[in-house]
Amino acid sequence: MAPGAPSSSPSPVLAALLFSSLVLSPAQAIVVYTDREAHGAVGSRVTLHCSFWSSEWVSDDISFTWRYQPEGGRDAISIFHYAKGQPYIDEVGTFKERIQWVGDPHWKDGSIVIHNLDYSDNGTFTCDVKNPPDIVGKTSQVTLYVFEKVPTRYGVVLGAVIGGVLGGVLLLLLLFYLIRYCWLRRQAALQRRLSAVEKGKLHKPAKDSSKRGRQTPVLYAMLDHTRSTKAASEKKTKGLGESRKDKK
Amino acid sequence: MLLLLLGIIVLHVAVLVLLFVSTIVSQWMVGNGHATDLWQNCTTSSLGNVQHCFMSSANEWLQSVQATMILSIIFSVLSLFLFFCQLFTLTKGGRFYITGVFQILAGLCVMTAASIYTVRHPEWHFTLENSYGFAYILAWVAFPLALLSGVVYVILRKRE
Repeated sequence: MAPGAPSSSPSPVLAALLFSSLVLSPAQAIVVYTDREAHGAVGSRVTLHCSFWSSEWVSDDISFTWRYQPEGGRDAISIFHYAKGQPYIDEVGTFKERIQWVGDPHWKDGSIVIHNLDYSDNGTFTCDVKNPPDIVGKTSQVTLYVFEKVPTRYGVVLGAVIGGVLGGVLLLLLLFYLIRYCWLRRQAALQRRLSAVEKGKLHKPAKDSSKRGRQTPVLYAMLDHTRSTKAASEKKTKGLGESRKDKK
Repeated sequence: MLLLLLGIIVLHVAVLVLLFVSTIVSQWMVGNGHATDLWQNCTTSSLGNVQHCFMSSANEWLQSVQATMILSIIFSVLSLFLFFCQLFTLTKGGRFYITGVFQILAGLCVMTAASIYTVRHPEWHFTLENSYGFAYILAWVAFPLALLSGVVYVILRKRE
């Protein structure tokens, strides 16, 4: 766009508006999203999710309809309907008392739960959402497969083993380094305290001997010190042995 | 000294290459016309020019073998990387503990993978007249070499 051409500036804007109106008007339809497939085990329950996008705000007149077409069958029967804030569950058909409404229109969720699955539930479920005035749109289908035992998807075990072992190794390494760091710090603190105590103890026997009125040489003081520690350690081991005997 | 360093690096790289080849090449079990590995089984037609490959089953044991082989590769690569890091940052007289630990872990992972495969392979392919292919043997060879390499790292001391 040349800066010195003000007469040409409205036409790109007009073109953009025309383009957007052409593109955006079909998007005034409602778009429904469901999973492609759902898997369930016999006797258990399965959740059929249904979500939608609408260009209008969620109104109170919003309605959800779930239809079921059996595998190999040709017609679809309606099994669930939600309108004006009230869910209507199938009470006469094959899904009698097995459907539970777990959706919430304000969260754009129209999911249902089917309990107590059976092999006859294999088939296609269609979710239909109407949000007046936004009523034109495509429905979406989910195919339900009922198994005796749900097979795990490929890659779950693979990812779990790799992630678990790597995470465990990392955790162990971190723990090891943390413990080593704490231990080294404690060693340093103990070292400092030990040197301070030794300095203090070297002075003590000199004080005692001065109490007696005589000054013993440093060598004797050291011997006394070692004898006293030996006796203390002997006492300790004796004490432990006795405690063990008592425990027995 | 330089010779020792070179020898150790060559050993480590050899273990890494063995692990890669064993994981990727399609020769864990071979039979008449079939070759299977961890990821797919391939059949060559009788004429020898057409090959059909299908993905191996999604059995949990096969997935755990795949996972442990991949883990062994990861640990060996990490060990090599850490070796070069420690070569420049370790204090004189220090030992290459982390490097050795990771290499030993890689060796243990290969052993786990090969053992699980040996015990559980009837679960995912059903032909009986198969013999073990060379990729399987390479996996077993990589195990003691990785252990040896790891132990050498733990014993080694850094000199200037």
